[in-house]
Amino acid sequence: MSSSSNGSFKTPLGRVRGLGAAKGGTHHWWMQRVTGIALIPLAGFFLFNLDKLIHPVYSSMMMFLAEPPVTIALILFILCAYYHAFLGIQVIIEDYVHGTLAKNSLLMFNKFFFLALTVCAIYATLLIGFNFADYASAQG
Amino acid sequence: MSNNNRPLSPHLQIYRWEITMFLSIMHRLSGVALAVGALFFTVWLMTTLRGGPAFTLFYTFAKTPVGILICFLWLLAFVFHYLNGIRHLFWDFGSGINPRAAKLSGWFVLIGSFVATTIIWNMARGVYAVAAG
Repeated sequence: MSSSSNGSFKTPLGRVRGLGAAKGGTHHWWMQRVTGIALIPLAGFFLFNLDKLIHPVYSSMMMFLAEPPVTIALILFILCAYYHAFLGIQVIIEDYVHGTLAKNSLLMFNKFFFLALTVCAIYATLLIGFNFADYASAQG
Repeated sequence: MSNNNRPLSPHLQIYRWEITMFLSIMHRLSGVALAVGALFFTVWLMTTLRGGPAFTLFYTFAKTPVGILICFLWLLAFVFHYLNGIRHLFWDFGSGINPRAAKLSGWFVLIGSFVATTIIWNMARGVYAVAAG
């Protein structure tokens, strides 16, 4: 490596090609912080209202979830929390799985898994929001 | 390319146990638990909106000893990851990042998560008492 700086036929640009992006290095770390900060109020809201979120009476639970601010907060929570989880699991895979095939397969599965999970959860939340919106406004 | 003489990173069997390393491990562990929990949360959200037996299935399970244990540990993991995450954010801003402050904030987070979990747990359980009675 030491001789490559002066004796190589390769240009400096040629040597760094394939060694990673020059600008995206902090993006993963940064997004984990951005989603983390966003989750302070979002997760805090659902922790504080956990009794309403898992209410054993069906109509009470739907009434809570179908309030427009709650439906929107839940979608934002799902987006941030699942993205945050996806980033975290990616770091763990990169830390502990070293085989190229195993690592890349798991990283890809991780992407598919959390994208599918996000779509499923948002779909369900929207269904509740649309189906019970009138019910929520009539009762509340 | 590979060099076997490179220094090892902090090692579980070499270093004496400290609260800071315990919480660091627990942060990752609770994160994995919550990622698994996200799957169950999604399934719960999708089945719950149908009402009927799918809606009551969760509550039947949540009443069993195993269900209570899982629900409590899930809540504990959530609250702990929440508080310890805020501790990490303070470090990212360069605040409290010395051994003394890190140990102190560590104990604060550890005790705080048990206190907050107990409060939220009892608050959520109060709803069940009302629904049953």
